[in-house]
Amino acid sequence: MINISDTIAAVATGMNQGGIGIIRVSGKQAIEIADSIFIPNKKGKEIRNLSSYTAAYGNIIENTGLEKNNNIEKVIDEVIVLVMRAPSTYTKEDVVEINCHGGTQVMKQILHLLLRNGARLAEPGEFTKRAFLNGRIDLSQAESVMDLVSAKSDLAVKTALSQLKGSLKEKIENLRGKLIHNIAYIESALDDPEHYDLDGFSDTLDELLMEMEKEISHLIQTAEDGKIMKEGIHTVILGKPNAGKSSILNVMIGKERAIVTDIAGTTRDTLEEFISIHGIPLNIVDTAGIRNTDDVVEKIGVDKSIEAMEEADLILFIIDASVTLDENDFQIMDKIQDKQVIILRNKSDLDYVVKKEEILSRLDKPIIDISAKEQTGFEDFYKLLNDMFFHGSLSYNDEVYITNMRHKEALEESLRSIQLVRKSIADDMPEDFYSIDMMAAYERLGYIIGEAVEDDLVDTIFREFCMGK
Amino acid sequence: MNTIEETYDAVVVGAGHAGCEAALALARMGQETIIFTVSMDSVAMMPCNPNIGGSSKGHLVREVDALGGEMGKNIDKTYIQSKMLNRSKGPAVHSLRAQADKAEYTRNMRMTMENTEHLTLRQAEVSELIIENISNADNEVVENNIVEENTDGLKKSGNNVKQKICGVRTKSGASYYAKTVILCTGVYLNARCIYGDVVNHTGPNGLSAATYLSDSMLNAGIPLRRFKTGTPARIDKRSIDFSKMEEQKGDETIVPFSFTNTEEGIKREQISCFLTYTNEKTHMIIRDNIDRSPLFSGAIEGTGPRYCPSIEDKVMKFADKDRHQVFVEPEGEFTNEMYIGGMSSSLPEDVQYAMYRSVPGLENARIVRNAYAIEYDCISALLLKPSLEFKEVEGLFSAGQMNGSSGYEEAAAQGLMAGINAARKLQGKEPVVLDRSEGYIGVLIDDLVTKETKEPYRMMTSRAEYRLLLRQDNADLRLTEIGYEIGLIEEERYQHFCKKRELIEKEVARLSETMVGANKGVQTFLEENGSTILKTAASLADLIKRPELSYELVAPLDAERETLMEMPLYRESFTKDVAEQINIELKYDGYIRRQRSQVEHFKKLEKKRIPLDIDYNNVHNLRKEARQKLNEIRPENIGQASRISGVSPADISVLMIYLNV
Repeated sequence: MINISDTIAAVATGMNQGGIGIIRVSGKQAIEIADSIFIPNKKGKEIRNLSSYTAAYGNIIENTGLEKNNNIEKVIDEVIVLVMRAPSTYTKEDVVEINCHGGTQVMKQILHLLLRNGARLAEPGEFTKRAFLNGRIDLSQAESVMDLVSAKSDLAVKTALSQLKGSLKEKIENLRGKLIHNIAYIESALDDPEHYDLDGFSDTLDELLMEMEKEISHLIQTAEDGKIMKEGIHTVILGKPNAGKSSILNVMIGKERAIVTDIAGTTRDTLEEFISIHGIPLNIVDTAGIRNTDDVVEKIGVDKSIEAMEEADLILFIIDASVTLDENDFQIMDKIQDKQVIILRNKSDLDYVVKKEEILSRLDKPIIDISAKEQTGFEDFYKLLNDMFFHGSLSYNDEVYITNMRHKEALEESLRSIQLVRKSIADDMPEDFYSIDMMAAYERLGYIIGEAVEDDLVDTIFREFCMGK
Repeated sequence: MNTIEETYDAVVVGAGHAGCEAALALARMGQETIIFTVSMDSVAMMPCNPNIGGSSKGHLVREVDALGGEMGKNIDKTYIQSKMLNRSKGPAVHSLRAQADKAEYTRNMRMTMENTEHLTLRQAEVSELIIENISNADNEVVENNIVEENTDGLKKSGNNVKQKICGVRTKSGASYYAKTVILCTGVYLNARCIYGDVVNHTGPNGLSAATYLSDSMLNAGIPLRRFKTGTPARIDKRSIDFSKMEEQKGDETIVPFSFTNTEEGIKREQISCFLTYTNEKTHMIIRDNIDRSPLFSGAIEGTGPRYCPSIEDKVMKFADKDRHQVFVEPEGEFTNEMYIGGMSSSLPEDVQYAMYRSVPGLENARIVRNAYAIEYDCISALLLKPSLEFKEVEGLFSAGQMNGSSGYEEAAAQGLMAGINAARKLQGKEPVVLDRSEGYIGVLIDDLVTKETKEPYRMMTSRAEYRLLLRQDNADLRLTEIGYEIGLIEEERYQHFCKKRELIEKEVARLSETMVGANKGVQTFLEENGSTILKTAASLADLIKRPELSYELVAPLDAERETLMEMPLYRESFTKDVAEQINIELKYDGYIRRQRSQVEHFKKLEKKRIPLDIDYNNVHNLRKEARQKLNEIRPENIGQASRISGVSPADISVLMIYLNV
């Protein structure tokens, strides 16, 4: 359901690694919620005590529970908070901006704390939408606001679906299937009590729900590890066969001792690696087919690379410096003119056959000399990567991360609903109370795989249970 | 040639369950009303099952009663068995169902109608709607809105009203003029009754079908569609061996449908129903003859309901079930006809005999009336506003099976609302539209006018998202106020209701504040009642929340209660209904509060109205599918728009920005 009056939060700056990150909270409870995670350095500087357009310095803390009646508080980051009181704000609501030290991990944690304390993740374009609805933006701008909302929603939907892994979708569909079947069974029995009997049903249901609880908890864990969706800079390694792509990749992985996850459970014909280079998250795609020696397959491999390349945020173009440039290289070079590219001139341990000028005349992009064999040149490469990232010429799609966050939120909500059902069972509540929370879980899970509820329940009742006199 | 011409405020076409409620509401609200029926002997007739109420339908009846409708009162007068279904479940799904004496039901409703002021009953077939086009010259509204053709090729004027109703004409040529007309034609439009290869062009029970009105509607540009339903055979009681069946008695405690009645006032001797089962032999007979079913051979084109399948449907679709229930129910006190619930069919006569006779207890069954399927014309309720008035024909309303619903109760609920809104229109007042948080009636009508229903629509508790609040026991608390404001609830009943409401509020507040200590007397009481003892003091409300305790049970701990009961308000108005409300409110407090906060949320979007003259073609950024749906359904508010299938949350955001709401 669409809520128009609750408090929303989102990262206002891009999701890049460096500089200052700003997290914006807007709504009636913005101040209260922000205060609940903020401890000012000076007493009395709590956000609620600040006047509009003033700032306070302090820490964002996470309360990790009670031990021996002492709150255990963990400092997440040093921040400056700025409070702007309604109505003189962008959204005409109370707004709090948390300026933190940035870094994806920190921003995520702060946002997460806000959500846990009652804020909701803003929908695409929602700040602007509120600004408009609250009369902050005039009518002539309405059109552009609508453009923004629909474009951002489209992107979010696309991202959500394209990034969702097959196995996760299957798991969620499976969970939903079990839920709707059991809701339908309860509802059939309520609708036709002389026909369907619920004796002993709650025990069976409780067992099933216990299983589901485990499964959803596991999925939440997966989400925390960032495995639901591929976060990071979408990087593609391109180059003709034997240019040394795999060796370079191996060096990057080995040297950094990075988190390497060969994402399990999906059948792909590309190999994906998640690597963190000096804290910059790279999601690297190497085309599997390209390593095959059979000519036909190699051709397919090149085609695949070209396809992957179109969606990439960054391209690592490997040139074998020991042999002359050929059609394969030219073909790739033509296609990546408009992309962020780093050219890696490999095999610098051997004699150069390919001149820098020759490359630059065809593709004007930064070139780094590198040797996978000798493991030289990598520091230069990493430095370049770092510079590009912090100068903002390289960034990655926020939507992926946001969608991940939404998924996690939805999973947590469905877990809570399942727990409520189990509590109802433990409290000996009548069966009709179960289906209310089960339906809520069903809806939230559907949100992840992009399915609306519509008439699922009524359809399932009629399809699976023989109803009526 | 001389023809009859008369003028009324309102015309009601059809005197079934929808028509009766509509006509009574109109007349009681002071409007001169005439109601037409093809036969005076079929007023409020029950052509199918002999009961009123049941799961969620019972809720509708109680809501109709709370608003001042007649169905609840009429069944209380004529029931022969009463049951509260789902008593072991939560209060939200307790559902009242009564077996009716069909003939008495009809006779009593007719008598009520005959003795209602401002109401005229007339036996005649309405064959034509008198409709006038609204020209630009005499209607400013149309003038201001230019008809545009857009890229979707959709033609839409800003304001949809193109025509207005002026009255009806009967087959004899008589004209009855009126500013409002309510169509409650049930299953009579172009009706065909079918079993085997026998096709009768009649309505139910051989009553004449209405064969002209469909054409008149099509001429007026109102599209029609074809639905189907069916009914089982009636069997002579003397040919049934009840010793082979399970007897099903009514409840000992009777809960009346009408809030104006008490158990003592309506208690009577009840008549039993019986339960038996089909078996493999029955199923074999059906399977062997399935090719002779008009449903399977394609002779029936109408869409039938999935929730009320014929026995052949059940056997074919649920092949793994080795038996199906068969309920044998009396049609009345003074008839031998028994209704064979669960075995509706359109198989040929000889197959019907064979299959019924394969059921234990029915071996020697003599059929009085055959089972049959019936096909009829109806409209898509997407043509209607939530007030049940046609969007494009001013003053024309529609209710009941005509709108694609099924069931006596669904019909009565719509009839009542259409009657109320036609009367309000005549009075120059805003229509009364219940929303989904106010009643099952709201859910029913919102579903009908917002969602495309592809089969006859039946009410179900699972369709009501706020069902914990929409209980049958609190229908009066939810709706009496509205009934009173409309003018259908008389002063005395209203005053009585106000006292009940006050008492419940007072007691709930008092019980929440009254504390009991963890003293010996209290602990002994708790132990005796199988409840855990107190660690610290607790309120009486906290104790009542425990499953094993109740308002009644904690009386010994409630020192004040005795004195209170002496006070006039308590003495006069404290009934067991009050105690029931207190128990429910306290026991399910947590759940109820959760739903209330959801409702608050829901109401915000319902309050955001969409202007009638909105042109969705001007709202860029709507997805194409959403634009088409919105243009077709023309929702009245953002909430309704958000429930249309094919309209996404992003579309709703775009719409809200466009409307600046």
